[in-house]
Parts: sequence; structure tokens; C-alpha cells
Amino acid sequence: MNGHDKIANRFGYSDALLDLIAEDNNVIVLDADLAKSTTTSRIKDKFHNNFIDVGIAEQNLVGIAAGLALNGHIPFASTYAAFIAGRAFDQIRTTVCYSNLNVKLAGMHTGITVGADGPTHQMLEDIALMRVLPNMVILNPCDANEAYNATLAAYKHKGPVYIRFVREATPVLTSREDEFIIGKAKVVRQGKDITVVTSGQILAIVLDSAGMLEKEGYDIEVINVHTIKPLDVKCLSESVKKTGKLLIVDEHQIHGGLGTAVFEALTLENVHYKAGIIAVNDTFLTSGPHDELLEKYGFSVEAISEKVKSFFLYHTL
Amino acid sequence: MNDLKQIAKTIRRDIIEMIYAAGSGHPGGSLSLADIFAVLYFGQMRHDPKDPAMPDRDRLILSKGHAAPVLYSALARSGYFDPEYLKTLRKTDSFLEGHPAMKTHGVEVGTGSLGQGLSVGCGLALSFKKRKTLQKVFVILGDGELQEGQNWEAFMFAGHNRLNNLIAVIDLNDLQIDGKVTEVNSIEPVADKIRAFNWNFMVIDGHDIPQIKTAFEKAAASDKPFAVIAKTVKGKGVSFMENRAEWHGKALNKEDYEKAMAELL
Repeated sequence: MNGHDKIANRFGYSDALLDLIAEDNNVIVLDADLAKSTTTSRIKDKFHNNFIDVGIAEQNLVGIAAGLALNGHIPFASTYAAFIAGRAFDQIRTTVCYSNLNVKLAGMHTGITVGADGPTHQMLEDIALMRVLPNMVILNPCDANEAYNATLAAYKHKGPVYIRFVREATPVLTSREDEFIIGKAKVVRQGKDITVVTSGQILAIVLDSAGMLEKEGYDIEVINVHTIKPLDVKCLSESVKKTGKLLIVDEHQIHGGLGTAVFEALTLENVHYKAGIIAVNDTFLTSGPHDELLEKYGFSVEAISEKVKSFFLYHTL
Repeated sequence: MNDLKQIAKTIRRDIIEMIYAAGSGHPGGSLSLADIFAVLYFGQMRHDPKDPAMPDRDRLILSKGHAAPVLYSALARSGYFDPEYLKTLRKTDSFLEGHPAMKTHGVEVGTGSLGQGLSVGCGLALSFKKRKTLQKVFVILGDGELQEGQNWEAFMFAGHNRLNNLIAVIDLNDLQIDGKVTEVNSIEPVADKIRAFNWNFMVIDGHDIPQIKTAFEKAAASDKPFAVIAKTVKGKGVSFMENRAEWHGKALNKEDYEKAMAELL
């Protein structure tokens, strides 16, 4: 696998589920009438008895998953993030998290790149919603292989896990052989001038930007925070202590997302740094092709590079 | 039979004692369930208070979580924990939360935000079917609670999947906080609705122990999920609470307490 291949990371999810069910019949995959989109139809085709479609009823989806977990099954409830993290929030909070049940939630089609479906389906608030829940773990894999590994890690973890996926095919950056430990961020590129923190599909764009900036003499450190909760504060704090500059790039509303999580954590770490953030600025977006939307809202190589450079306006490299 | 009546009375006394000691709680909808809980925990359900995690036990989910006192009393009196602890209801560091929580032995899942228990019951019933065990799931619902839409998602799912190991008990006392259910936002005709979702059902007097037992016998033989529609009196057993909405979530003062306990001798 290399950066030229493109696969939607939701296929990493169903690949992992197929492998898990082959080993463990306790794994049950649930969907709410979006099995083609979420890719769980692949489980339905191969392991019919391990698949349940509850229809268009997300609150019931989460409750049924909770009931299955109470008897030792390991449910993976899958549907669009807008409908599971949004519509079923109280079920996730009060039934799943309060009782600390072993329920896995897959939020599909997160972020801007649901594209033409528009703001109703562009889930840009899910990290904020899930992050405030006690017992919840949040994973945001950057590509199909990391999605595969994140799904296996969610299976091994005892307790609620929320995993984010995107619709579009994105570059494959990692390998299934890479280590994936919940709560352990990855420095995917070492540098000394500035720390750029991101997760999910945006990592590919950030890495392209770092490559471009290198040619102009900037030495960028890039951290992939695939686990948004629990956050790897040690890794972040060490990097920012070194560079003194921190840029967050988060495909999420500016309030309550990765930026909020990182800034909160570093506040308690006695680290001094100059900070910036690229995120969706407290607004609903529009329909449009995904590449145009990424460009329009600042998630482009150019916009990220410009933002990085703005940190150095009054400094000499 | 007299035993169960006596147990129901003990549960009612516990409810009053607990809520008086706590200074808050929900007497009305707890008292209306006392007879049903006596039948469930003292004969109907397969369970072992000395082994709360017994794998092949039946499960009970109190979806109307505000009736926690009736559940805690049934658990204590059947042997899950010393009834002395009942007085710690709602106190800091007690294992008896205001609404059911996993920290109490015998509580299967936390509840309190209405409308969620029947879905969890569906998941458990499905899990039992997948494992081919004969366990049953009992979900206790309020009538006002049926205004929550999630219940109807769950009724539909259970009917569609023929979860005949799932039994819903509807505590039909016709009162919710803001008044009569039939006046606030009526759920009637509830039996017709449930039948339309491919369930079997039986309408009973929820304070008549032989009728309660018969309903559970019919439920056990049902080829579909089964609803016990139990007509009850909110506040049953304490004359000044009966059929009074204001006793949904009100604590008793000393005079109320003494009067109530005198009636429950």
C-alpha cells in the first residue's frame, strides 16, 4: 500500500468485521437501513446470522445494541454519524455510557465530504457530543488500514467506543501491520519548527502541505491523533515543548472538537506556545463536490501551508 | 397467594419508608407496581439473589426508572441485599441511586430517561434467541412513558422479529406528572396499537394477583411478544395518594408518613 492508492476507510471497517466474525461468533453487526453505504452489507452477505438491520430507527438501534452487549454479544452499531451521534445521543449517554456497556458505534460519513448531501448529513459536531460522555473512547482513523486496525482495537477494548469514518476514497497512508494502540498518538513526521496536529482523512492533506513547506525551508512535525479520547497528552506536550508552535487542523466544528480537546489538555501541562486552528467556524456548510468543499472551507494544501507560514511572520527561521 | 399479598404490602411499606427517609422520590408509580413486582420476584422470574450474574437468569428492565423504590424493595426482600440499606435511597455514596444503576446488585441496566428500556429488552431477547436459551425479558413501562417515540420503534422491531421471549408490562395508571394521560396526550387505544404491531396482549387488573399470574402464564405460551396491560391505581394502598397526580414525585412529611404506614398495616 502507498499514498497513490485511494480507498474509503469505511471498507477497513467491514474488512475488520469480516475477520472478527470469522473468529468470534459473538460479534453482531447492526445497521439502520444504510448497509450499502456503511459497507455492512458485506457482513449481511457473508454472515447473515451476525447481521441485523433495524430499519430507520437509530434510537432503537442503540438500545438493541445495549441489550445484546448485556448478554455478552459484541455489537457494532453502524449508520451515518449525524443520525447515531446526534439523534441517539441520549440513548448513548444514558443507556450505553452510564452503564458502561460494551457497545461499539460506527459513525459513517462524518465531516465535510458527504459532499452533495449538504448540511443535514455533514456531521461536524460528533466529536463534541461523544467527547463529553464518561466511559466513551473516540477513534478517528486516517485511512482504510488504520480504520481496520481501529475496528480491531475497538473490539478488544471493553466499553463503549465511537469510531468515525468518511464517505470518500482517501489516500492509503498506513499499513495493517502498523501498531495501533488506543490512546497513543503517532508522530508521523518529525520536525522542529511547528507541531501540526490532526486526525482522520485530513492527515493526507496535512502531510502534502508539510512536504511542500519543506521545500521552502520549514521543518514540520505532524501528529496523527487517531484517538481523540483518551488523548495522548504526553506526546502532544513533548512535541509542543520542542516546537513552541501548534496548529490544529480539524474537520469538525471549531467548538468542542480536536482543537478544544488539545487546548484543554495542554492548559494543564504548563506548556507555552503560539496556537492556531483550522476548523469549521461555527456555521452550517453547503452542498457541493467534496474537493471543492475542502478547498472552500480551508482544508487544502495551500490554506494549511499559508496558515503555517503565518506563525513565522515575525520570526526568522 | 396470601403470601404474595403480604409481600406486596411489605413492598408498599418499604416504598413509603424509603421515600420518607430520602425526602424525595416517586411514591405514586412505585405503589402501583407493588403487586406485579411481588409476583415477578417471588415465583415468576427465574433468578438467584445469591448469584445476581447467574448466566441463565431471566432479566427485568425497569424502563420507568423513577419507580426505583419498588424494584429496590423487591430486590432486598428477595435476598439481593439487606433491607436495612433501603433507608439509604438517594443518599450520597449509597448504592441505591434515585433511578436504577448498575451499582445495585440485581439491576440489569441503568434507566431513568424514559422510553429506552424496551429497545434494550429487544436486544436481550434477540441475544437469548441467538444463543438458543429459554430466558425471558420483562420490561416494565409506564403508560405516560409510551408517549416516547422510541417505544414504538421497539414494539415494531419485536413484532417483526417475533421476540416471544419479550414481555412488556404496561403500568396503566392513567396519570403522568402534568395530569391524566388521557388528557395530556392520550395513548389510547393502547391495546389496538400493540396488536397492530404484531404483539399478543392481555388486559388485567394490575392489583389482582391471580390475574397477574394468568397473564404471565399466557405470555410464556405466546408465539409473539406479549404485553401485559395492567390497569392500576397510582398510589395504590395509600388512600390519600390514590389516583392523585401530585403524588407522582412528592416526598412525604411526617404526618403523611404516619398516616400511610397506618393504612399499610
